[in-house]
This record gives sequence, structure tokens and C-alpha cells, in this order.
Amino acid sequence: MMIEIQNLTKKYGSFIALDQLNLSLAEGTVFGFVGANGAGKSTTFSILATLLSPTSGDAFINGKSVIKEPKEVRKQIGYMPDFFGVYDQLKVDEYLDFYGASYGINIADRAVLIPQLLELVNLTNKRYEYVDLLSRGMKQRLCLARALIHDPKVLILDEPASGLDPRARVEMRDILRNLKTMGKTILISSHILPELAEMCDEIGVIDNGKLIAHGNVATIQAQLQGEKHIVVKVTDRLNEVRAFLEEDPKISAIDVIESKLEIEFNYRGTDEEQVVLLKKAILADLPIYALTEEEKDLEDVFMAITKGADAE
Amino acid sequence: MMERLYNPVFVKELKLRFRSFKSFSGLMFYLAVLVIFIAGFLLITTGFTGKGFFRPDTSFAMFSVLTIIQMALVLFITPSLTAGAISSEREKQTLNILLTTTQSSTQIVIGKLLSSVSFLVLMLIAGLPLYSLVFLFGGVSPSQIASIFLFYLLTVVAVGSIGVMFSTITKKTIVAMIATYGSIIFLGGITAFFFFITMAFSQMTPPAAGGTAQSFMAYFWAAINPGALILTLIEPEMGRGLKELSGVKLPVWVTYLIFYSGIMLLCLTVAIKKLRANMKSNR
Repeated sequence: MMIEIQNLTKKYGSFIALDQLNLSLAEGTVFGFVGANGAGKSTTFSILATLLSPTSGDAFINGKSVIKEPKEVRKQIGYMPDFFGVYDQLKVDEYLDFYGASYGINIADRAVLIPQLLELVNLTNKRYEYVDLLSRGMKQRLCLARALIHDPKVLILDEPASGLDPRARVEMRDILRNLKTMGKTILISSHILPELAEMCDEIGVIDNGKLIAHGNVATIQAQLQGEKHIVVKVTDRLNEVRAFLEEDPKISAIDVIESKLEIEFNYRGTDEEQVVLLKKAILADLPIYALTEEEKDLEDVFMAITKGADAE
Repeated sequence: MMERLYNPVFVKELKLRFRSFKSFSGLMFYLAVLVIFIAGFLLITTGFTGKGFFRPDTSFAMFSVLTIIQMALVLFITPSLTAGAISSEREKQTLNILLTTTQSSTQIVIGKLLSSVSFLVLMLIAGLPLYSLVFLFGGVSPSQIASIFLFYLLTVVAVGSIGVMFSTITKKTIVAMIATYGSIIFLGGITAFFFFITMAFSQMTPPAAGGTAQSFMAYFWAAINPGALILTLIEPEMGRGLKELSGVKLPVWVTYLIFYSGIMLLCLTVAIKKLRANMKSNR
């Protein structure tokens, strides 16, 4: 396994930021970490990036312990924090050169690497510009190039698309797709995970420091959804249809939208039970002309599981 | 070989420092103070004699005051260069990224300190042409100047280490700056006050009643005071006077060297240990 997290716990006094987290990721996996602010994503990433010691448990990157061999772990990871600054008076290539030297890459190799990385993140034309003159999206891409300078096996990206405009998000997503094809193991947390879902092989949902779900995108949706969201369209007699729906114990959260002659509700029954419900409605001669099940995307799932979570 | 000695933080810091206007304005301020002093001194001295010449003993007086002023300036400037070393990285949110590189805590701390010290050395070198006026008029030996510059260097490194330590253990640059200036006020001012107090007490107390211990303390306070060190280096008679008064035979410069080397080692050790404070292993 490229990443092995074992019973990772982090406490701040009586507050438990991470509670017995266990996770194994194979090489080349792109893992999406979902959770509300303060759920424990950044704490997990900080521990993996050797910036924070866990209270108990351990994590291994390519077999190296973050506690016992932090320097070895640093060689294996490229870390991009959620908030980061840049050195104002350095130029783009000097910025990368500094970090290349910081990883012990010799000057000749750095000279070859820097143009390649700038090309990868589409910043070739900004090579001799001062870093502080770049837009936020460009800075994010530069930071990603910086994280790649020592060719790490694992990329830890904490909210890499936060604060970016739609175009910059698309550019970032394309670069990540590229990195995926290069075989990097990528851990990524993001509030726009639905956008990234297609490139994530696995998703983990963290809430109050606990990993409450882990698997591929479809599994997670099924695991977390539990109930369907159904929209019924009628031609007339909204109240009559509403009364009919209220009789079914598996229906909840009924919402009547009079202007559109629609009723939305959550349904906990199986597909077979839904067939029975439909038959009953037809027998009751209700003016229903459409019944559709709305697909919950990952964003809805995310909203549902993080509902009520305390903001950081 | 060069690659092994290459310290990325040191090179980056130098680059950033020489691109900032603050550094040049600092250097300008330093040289301006020295020029104003020397010009003022020359004008007043030649004005008093009314003959337009300059005696070697007057040249020596200028050298003495210039040396003390230079030490005061160095003590005044060092905290501003070192107290933000780590805390400014924290404030700019660049520290976390730096700490995930494979550079050791020692490399980072030493790189930061060396870049600040280099700038201060540049200041001292930039002031040398002004200093050379003293040679023009005579009265001072080159070895005296060399030893004074070596002690400047020791003081800069030690005070710089204090700044880097406070910068590492405090979150805000302003707090680190206040703590470092506080330390300098203690070393440069309060020790002198303590020296006079303990000296007065030791002269009032007979040796049997603890006067020896008090005179030893008086020696200690004088020996760790940068101003007192400079005075004993300029005027060896003062060192001998202190030796007679306190009964301690160890030359002041030796105590100063040991004490400031100790401060430097202690502060650098704390800074290195505390740089990755959130990591137990700190490697």
C-alpha cells in the first residue's frame, strides 16, 4: 500500500480532531476526502505532511512512518496546503529553484526540471515574472508545480481549488487529470468534489474526526443516500395528492410547490414498494402525469452528511 | 563540494534582502549616522584648535566614540533583521511549505541567521572607509581594529541568535522584536546598572561579609556588557582597573567570548528544537 493510516488519533485537550482513523490506499489511487470544515481533513493532511504529530496511531507513506522517519516521508510527498503564501520578491523560476534546492536537487537537474514543470502547469510564459504579480489561479498552479519538483509519489492537496474562478478550476482539474495518468497517488480534499468525482477512484467521508464512509463514488452515494428524492407533477388537486402521500409512512419532507404544480418528497421505500405506491395513486384517480426520481449528486450527499456540522 | 555547502534558505534570504528597499534604507541610515558623527567630530575638533590639524590623541578619542556608536548601531539594527526570520514566514503562510521540504531544522535556522549576519557584516564593511579616517590621522593600531571587529561579529551572531530564537518560539514578529530588544536593553543597559550597584555594594561591604562575591558579580555584569567590552579593548587600562577592583583575573574579553558563545549555542538549540514544535521527533 502506498498510504497506510492506522488508528490515527489527534486530540487538542478534550477536543478530538481525529478519532481512530484507518485508511489504506494503493499506489496510483486518486482519493477524494469529503467533510465539513473542522471535520478533520486538514488535520489528517497535516499529519501525513509531517507537520503535526498524532496523539496516537501512525501513518505510513510508501512504508515510511510519519513519526519515525519524517525526512524519508518528505521525500515521498508533495504537499499543497489550503492557505499558503509566496515570497513576494522572487520570480517564478527562482521560486521553483529555491524549492528544488530545498529538496536537494542539484543545479543542473533543476535547470531541466523547471521549464518542464512550468509547461505542465501552463505557466511557461510567466517564468520571469514576480510571483506576487500572478493571479490566484496561477499561484495555485505554481504551488502545485512546486509540490511536484522532487517527483513525489504522493500528492497531498488540501482544497486546491478553493477560491478559484470557474476557468481556473477547470485548468486545475485538467492538470490533476494529467497527474493521475502519470501514476501519482493523490489525496485531495475539496468542497467542489462533485467536479472532481469523475477523476477520484475512491472517496472518504469524514465527520467529527471519524471516517464514516469509504469506497468508490457510486458506493458512497448508495451508502449515504438512504432515501430517494422524488418529484411528482400534477395537473390539478395538489392538496388531494398531498393528503394521499402523507398517508404513506415511508414518505417524509413533503414540499408543495404550488406555482409549478409539483410536490417533492423523500422516500425510504424499495423500488418494489415504489411500484405499489404508484399503482395506488393511479387507482385513486389522482391527476399525476409525472413521477421522477431526482439523482443526488455528490454535492447533495456532501450537504446531507455535513448538515448541521459546526463551521470551523 | 559547493552543492553540499549550498544552503537554499541562505541564498533565498540574501536574494530577498537585497531586493528590498528596506535593506538599502537601513544601510543608508547606518552610514548616515556614522558620517554625521565623524563630520561633526572633525568640525568641532578642528574648530576648537583653530589650526586645522588633528592630533593623534584626538584621533583616538574619535575612534573610541565611533567604535561605541557602531556597537550601539549594530545592537539596534540586529533585532530588526533577525526577529522576523521565522515568524514572518509563519505570518506569510510560507513556513508550512518550507517545513515539508527535506531541509533539516538546523539548515533552515542557520540559513536564516547567516543571511542576517551577512547583511550586518556588509554594513560593517560599508562603514570601513569611514573608519579608515582614523588611520589617516593615526593613533590606533590595525590589530586593535581587527579585535574590535571580531567582537562585533560575535555580538552580532549572539544577538542574531536571540532574535531567531524568539522568532521561532513566538507567533508574531512584533512580539519577537520586543523580546529581542528587551534582551538587548538587558545586556547593554541593565547589566551596566547592575555593575554600578554591585560595585557600590562591594566597596561598602568588607570581604568577610560577602564583599568578594559582590565584586565578582560586578565583574560579571561588566564582562557581559558590550559597551564595557569595547572600552576594555580600546583602553586596556580599564580592563586592568576592573581586574584590580574585582579581584577577578580572567580578562573581560574571555568571559565575554564564553558568555556570548553560550548564548548563541543555547538560542540556536532552542530555535532548532522548536522549529518543528508540532512534531515530536523534530527531524
